[in-house]
Amino acid sequence: MSDREIEEMKKLAKEALPALRDAELGRDLWPAMVERLSTQRSGMPWWDWVLLAGASAGILFVPGVIPALLYHL
Amino acid sequence: MELLGRFAAGDVEAFETLFREYQCDVYRWILRIVRERATAEDLTIETFWRMYRAHARFDAAKGNCAGWLRRIATNAALDHLRRTRREVPLPEDPPDKPKTPATERSELQQAILSAINGLSPRLRVAVVLALVEEEPYDSIAEALGISVSAVKVRVFRGVRILRKELTAAGVHP
Repeated sequence: MSDREIEEMKKLAKEALPALRDAELGRDLWPAMVERLSTQRSGMPWWDWVLLAGASAGILFVPGVIPALLYHL
Repeated sequence: MELLGRFAAGDVEAFETLFREYQCDVYRWILRIVRERATAEDLTIETFWRMYRAHARFDAAKGNCAGWLRRIATNAALDHLRRTRREVPLPEDPPDKPKTPATERSELQQAILSAINGLSPRLRVAVVLALVEEEPYDSIAEALGISVSAVKVRVFRGVRILRKELTAAGVHP
């Protein structure tokens, strides 16, 4: 395929889809961002609960790991 | 640099300042990929949410916040295109109906749109940014996290598929 064919396709694509490089954002999105932050920060992801449960079980059943954990913290 | 350092440390006020500074750029970039205003707004929020979660990994010393954000935005837009990808059927020719030039033009545009929407998300992003938005290859490469030659390959492959699809639909580009 030649550069000419790519240029032809560019012309066709530009006719079908308007370029949007100058589009403007119609509103401030910060309030929506604040809402997202407040809803997402309150919940702890499930994998964090799994890690917490694993660490708790490890400490409970194998107390010998406590020095190792403290060392890595 | 002070601002970026505070953001990297998890300061929400610094994050707000960065949000207000970059929200228009991020929105515009995503809109150019997904082509829907409401979706672009949602993905702008998603981009900044991902940025906020990853604040500890941000290298304030490098200071390339705009580049980092554009990369996150591109990934968010790509994820959206992958989730919502659907085949758009090409319009069928109505039998024995004479076509005016306006009808033919409209059908051609519809066929091109359908063919572009039928591309895989990674090819579609490269094709739309390079051909429609005329974004420089190095800028697309940075946003996608790939080399310039890889972008050229994607555009080349995308155009080849588009030509094939259009030919199959009776359109000869």
